[in-house]
Amino acid sequence: MASVSVRRLAVSFGHVKVIENLDLEVEEGEFIVLLGPSGCGKSTLLNTIAGLIDIEAGQVWISGKNVTWTEPKDRGIGMVFQSYALYPRMTVQQNLSFGLRMAGVPRAEIEARVAKAAKLLQLEDLLRRRPAELSGGQRQRVAIGRALVRNVDVFLFDEPLSNLDAKLRNELRVEIKKLHRDLGNTMIYVTHDQIEALTLADRIAVMRNGVIQQLATPQDVYHRPKNQFVAGFIGSPTMNFLTGRLILGAAGPTLDLGSVSIDLSAYGFARQSSDVPAVLGVRPEHIDLGAASPGHFAANGKVEIVEPMGADMIVWSRIADTPVRIRVDGDSAFRNGDDIAFHFDLARASLFDAQSGERL
Amino acid sequence: MQPRFRNWHVQLALLPAWLIVVFAYLGTMVFTVRMSFTSSKGIPIMDDVGLRQYDRLFHTDRWTISVENILIFGLLFILGCLVLGFLLAVFVDRLARFENTLRTIFLYPLAMSFVVTGLVWQWILNPALGLQANVRNWGWTSFTFDWLEQGDRAIYLVAFAGIWQSCGLVMAIMLAGLRGVDQELWKAARIDGIPTWRIYLHIIIPALAPMFITATLLLATAVVRSYDIVVAMTAGGPGISSEVPAKFVIDFLFTRQNIGLATAAATVMLITVLVVLMPWLYLQYFRSAPGARRAA
Ligand SMILES: Nc1ncnc2c1ncn2[C@@H]1O[C@H](COP(=O)(O)OP(=O)(O)OP(=O)(O)O)[C@@H](O)[C@H]1O
Ligand SMILES: [Mg+2]
Repeated sequence: MASVSVRRLAVSFGHVKVIENLDLEVEEGEFIVLLGPSGCGKSTLLNTIAGLIDIEAGQVWISGKNVTWTEPKDRGIGMVFQSYALYPRMTVQQNLSFGLRMAGVPRAEIEARVAKAAKLLQLEDLLRRRPAELSGGQRQRVAIGRALVRNVDVFLFDEPLSNLDAKLRNELRVEIKKLHRDLGNTMIYVTHDQIEALTLADRIAVMRNGVIQQLATPQDVYHRPKNQFVAGFIGSPTMNFLTGRLILGAAGPTLDLGSVSIDLSAYGFARQSSDVPAVLGVRPEHIDLGAASPGHFAANGKVEIVEPMGADMIVWSRIADTPVRIRVDGDSAFRNGDDIAFHFDLARASLFDAQSGERL
Repeated sequence: MQPRFRNWHVQLALLPAWLIVVFAYLGTMVFTVRMSFTSSKGIPIMDDVGLRQYDRLFHTDRWTISVENILIFGLLFILGCLVLGFLLAVFVDRLARFENTLRTIFLYPLAMSFVVTGLVWQWILNPALGLQANVRNWGWTSFTFDWLEQGDRAIYLVAFAGIWQSCGLVMAIMLAGLRGVDQELWKAARIDGIPTWRIYLHIIIPALAPMFITATLLLATAVVRSYDIVVAMTAGGPGISSEVPAKFVIDFLFTRQNIGLATAAATVMLITVLVVLMPWLYLQYFRSAPGARRAA
């Protein structure tokens, strides 16, 4: 049984249709990340699941119940927000217990739940403090605690780490992952940070303009992107795109880049195609320096720019007048103008229809 | 070089301001207090009669009634403005679509001076001209509303007119505060299942505490200064039943030619204000330490 299921959902603000006909099935205990550029409707989708936004059409089911018209508090969800949204004048203790008190939970039960959450999130020493006296990371832990004490099946996170600095973000990311491991709840997590998405998710839903482009494991999303948008959105530095024409000749399929032709016989086609304009996507780390292996495409070029990034180094060169990024070891010595030979494995590349952007 | 001297040209530019503070504010204050120890009548004289003027002051019915009235007026006015202003702000906030129109309507009275407010309400509440006369004309001949002419009721009407005039200001302050409340706070409270009125009571109002303090201070200064609205509405009457301290001072200073008594009354007002303000200033001053920590 699916834990959260969104069926044929449509949401609009006034005349603007933000989401149209969206389906999403989340399994029990699954960690789903909604990933996409700003304004693509991630928060809107999350808020509809929470019941904070009225929907135009469709249904929302949580834990086997149709909750489309149920109040947020009765949906069995807890939610964590980007701005923490702690009750400003209340202590941590009051922040955690206020909702339970309003719901008429017995006092002893409240105390037990607050104590448990405080222990899990290392908030025990902070219970008497007010939000103003906490650091960003502590505040967000309180906010997570407030969702925790509700004893719910589903947790919703809306960019919970965006307001934190890089170091704290990494720490809290690991904590959230541990929390998921220990509690085993269903979690739906919105972010536009792909590292968060790749590290946390069981499955990632990549969204664009209110449409889920691909819903798959982080590995699939990264290595077998369903379309050119997903390919370009995930991965940093971004994937190299070589635009040409797919030619299915007698000698096997090739991509004609004008001056260069790439042999595609090693590429695993996802579907039948004809001669069409196509885009070949190659990740920078899949391009290797040195002599070619069989089945690889090899080329020579000059180093144009070098970008050291600590562990790695990005070297810019060209294939048939298209700039390409090559990821090499951070400890290499390259200088502008150096001659280099490089090659990549076509089995690891992605080919897209240039018009529709779909994977070929 | 010490920082105090490094920016001497800034201090120089501020010199006129300092002169005004020293001579116009402090100077007149000292002069007023000094005058209250003299037997000055129409013109200031520099004798010394000790606390005799104060003794007389507190044996003057008109003064004790004034003090009583200002307490009633102040309490009703401040509470009324805060409650009504906040409710109006909530109302406008919830009807965001009409905000501009509504804000103009509610702020409009503020554009009038207290004198105009006083006159308008004096007409409306005047039994012979306003509400009572009109309702009787419509046929309800036994209708009576003549509080303005009842000695023990008039001050309540003055407070009512004051609230009508000033609650728009409080609304504007509160509305700004409500607009500053994080939308995600509302969402979080809805997920916790907290009833709307409790969200306002337990979350929003505490968060707006600085707005309430600001509004209260603004209103409190209006209370201390209240003079024109009384003059316009009741002229202190019927009899002396709606007199207020500021009016007492002005009347004795300019019409009754009793500078000694007037300055004694002014001094009592000054001391009262200081006594009320001190704890607040003290709090402000000592709060700055945790406040700074919060900002960091
Ligand atoms: N209350 C609203 N009224 C009108 N339009 C809205 C409202 N809320 C969101 N939108 C629009 O809906 C679209 C989706 O918004 P949403 O907040 O879901 O984006 P998002 O993916 O969460 O973006 P971000 O990463 O910036 O948070 C945006 O184009 C936005 O302008
Ligand atoms: Mg968002």
